Amino acid sequence: MDAPVRARIPRVRTRPWPETWVAAAFIAPAATVIVLVVLVPLARAAWMSLFDIALIRPGDEPFVGLGNYIDQLTSPDFWAAVGRSLFFTVASTTLELMFGLALALLMDQPLRGRWLLRTLIILPWALPTIVNALMWRWIDNAEYGALNALLTQLGLLDDYKVWLSNSDLAMWMVIVADVWKMTPLVAILLLAALQSVDRELVEVAKVDGASAFQAFRRIVLPLVTPVILILLVLRTMEAFKVFDIIWIMTGGGPANATQTIAIYAYQTAFQGYDFGAGAALGYLIALIIMVLAAIYLRLLGRTGRV
Amino acid sequence: MGNNLLAQRGRLGRCAAISMAVLLVTACGSAASPSGGAVTLHALFMKQAAYSEQDVKTMTDAFTAANPNVTVIPEFVAYDSLHDKIVTDQVGGSGQYDIVLMDAIWPAEFAQAGIVTDITSKIPAEFKSGVFESAWTAANYQGKTYGVPWINDSKFFFFNKKMLADAGITTPPKTWDDVVAAAKAIKAKGLVKFPLVGSWKQAEAVICDWTQLAAAFGATDFVDAQGNALFNTDGGLKALQFMKQLLDDGLMNPASLGFGEDDVNATMSAGSAAMALNWTYGDAVMNDPKQSKVAGQVDVIGSPGQGSVATSGVNGGMALAVTKGSKHPDEALAYALSIASQKSQELNTTLAFPMWTASFDNPELTKSNPAFWAAAKTQFSGLVARPVVPYYTKLSNALQVAIQEALQGKVSPEEALNGVAAKLPDFQK
Repeated sequence: MDAPVRARIPRVRTRPWPETWVAAAFIAPAATVIVLVVLVPLARAAWMSLFDIALIRPGDEPFVGLGNYIDQLTSPDFWAAVGRSLFFTVASTTLELMFGLALALLMDQPLRGRWLLRTLIILPWALPTIVNALMWRWIDNAEYGALNALLTQLGLLDDYKVWLSNSDLAMWMVIVADVWKMTPLVAILLLAALQSVDRELVEVAKVDGASAFQAFRRIVLPLVTPVILILLVLRTMEAFKVFDIIWIMTGGGPANATQTIAIYAYQTAFQGYDFGAGAALGYLIALIIMVLAAIYLRLLGRTGRV
Repeated sequence: MGNNLLAQRGRLGRCAAISMAVLLVTACGSAASPSGGAVTLHALFMKQAAYSEQDVKTMTDAFTAANPNVTVIPEFVAYDSLHDKIVTDQVGGSGQYDIVLMDAIWPAEFAQAGIVTDITSKIPAEFKSGVFESAWTAANYQGKTYGVPWINDSKFFFFNKKMLADAGITTPPKTWDDVVAAAKAIKAKGLVKFPLVGSWKQAEAVICDWTQLAAAFGATDFVDAQGNALFNTDGGLKALQFMKQLLDDGLMNPASLGFGEDDVNATMSAGSAAMALNWTYGDAVMNDPKQSKVAGQVDVIGSPGQGSVATSGVNGGMALAVTKGSKHPDEALAYALSIASQKSQELNTTLAFPMWTASFDNPELTKSNPAFWAAAKTQFSGLVARPVVPYYTKLSNALQVAIQEALQGKVSPEEALNGVAAKLPDFQK
């Protein structure tokens, strides 16, 4: 059987490229771009973080070793900014998951006009972050914002509140703006997870006497938990390095009440022109995010899905 | 300059006046015509306050008409971006700008960093003798001149004269005690909830208002020659305590902690406040029927004093600096001198006062609001500068946060300012 088949195959004169070479050739252009725009700046930033580089003092850049890292790790301003970032991250991620799950369950019901509901819910996520931030800045404006007008007309407020100028309220207002924008993403991904759950399992549980809540808690929730954990990882990493929405709404104020770690790093590097400290801060932020990601990945691993 | 001359003229008259002035400036500019072939200058200005983009274009057209070999490309950025744009362009970037607008607080930093050129020996005699002394503060550092004064500004006191009259106040406030009394009367009458509004957001704006008040309470310097803090005593401390008291008494709009100068204009224009400090350009905005509900009701006077201080003002001057990286420094300087000339500055006085003392004796200009011109002349003669130190940006950022913490009641005014004073050695490293 073999002999006639071999006879029909034409002889290849040149030796073909090994498969790995072909793969490397295809990957090379993208890899070159990544090296140039990611790895080279990363390496350069790591190098810069070892020097005292002030843009406003060109030519005088002494080597300080780990001095920039030590300065930051012993700075109360750094830890205050880390604390604010953690608060923003925990609050916004928790609220987004809670509201996202509620919306996903609602959209999973066989409601009339469900397509319209899904379209409307996705709209905030479709808005650019800058537009969203500017919109909320107007809504929260103390003098002519819609929020004060609404709450006073409903009788919930006696006096206009200065939402963004009060250091006790400002962080909550940027959290609201972030939750409003990012909840749709969470809702859509959880809806996809919910729709992959076998309905028969739920029906069988109900036949066996389980209430709707019990069926959700014992059957549906465990099945969508891996997606919730993935969302938790994604949103935590995104929220921890939040910059744009806060920068536009409050600029980090009032009295640094919304100065998260990314804003602190930006102000150090690009307003204080302390590029050495700015580079060190970049690496410290990356380190914190890696630690958070490692914790989550461990949790994901325990679910047996990763 | 609420009822200013140009606003009273018809459009035709305004065009004729500007055209005449352009011709005069053209003649003036050509006297300093630079030599050589085709030259392109890149100039960096700010968007808000003082001269408008149209004003700059008119001034520039006059210069290029007299110097046809020179093309000027002006670029405008928001004030809050101006400093960063200059530094990143000159130190870390392409160095494309030949001439940049330099605020009064930057000459020390820019001179030390080698960003701007020393032009001390190139300043014409008529500039040295004809320009307000305070305007030079915006261009000088350690006895050398690094820019041509161009914007002469300070914060003035704006008030809604109808509201004051409705509250039974017939004389504009002369001291900050008078302001408080007027504010209490207006609040008691229920005319507005918060009679005062300020630009106290975490930005340079709050430093300007605090400096202006500190000057009224007797401050003249904020850091001594040895680099020790003075801002946490006397005038600086009293000013911050006064600001906090205004908030505590419900006289100052608490939203001011998030407001910049444009927000002050908007609040006054909406009739939601009776009194405010702002730069000269506020007058044109608050009395513009297109932008203001209370146009014609807002008057402006010199900033109130307190005790032995008759009037006070923060130095808000800005200068045009030739960059060290400019390939055409002579042409750039000629351009700066042209648009800073007396004739050029008198083209449009609705948004900024000229920096030439003689302009204040020109009845054609001052007849628009003689009292305001006279008050401004007095105020310009005794402006107080913010700290002229190379580490100003760091000091200002720390003060902004400290002042806001005190105003929010998180710390006392003493603790806030002492905290910044303790950081001074770090800033000076």
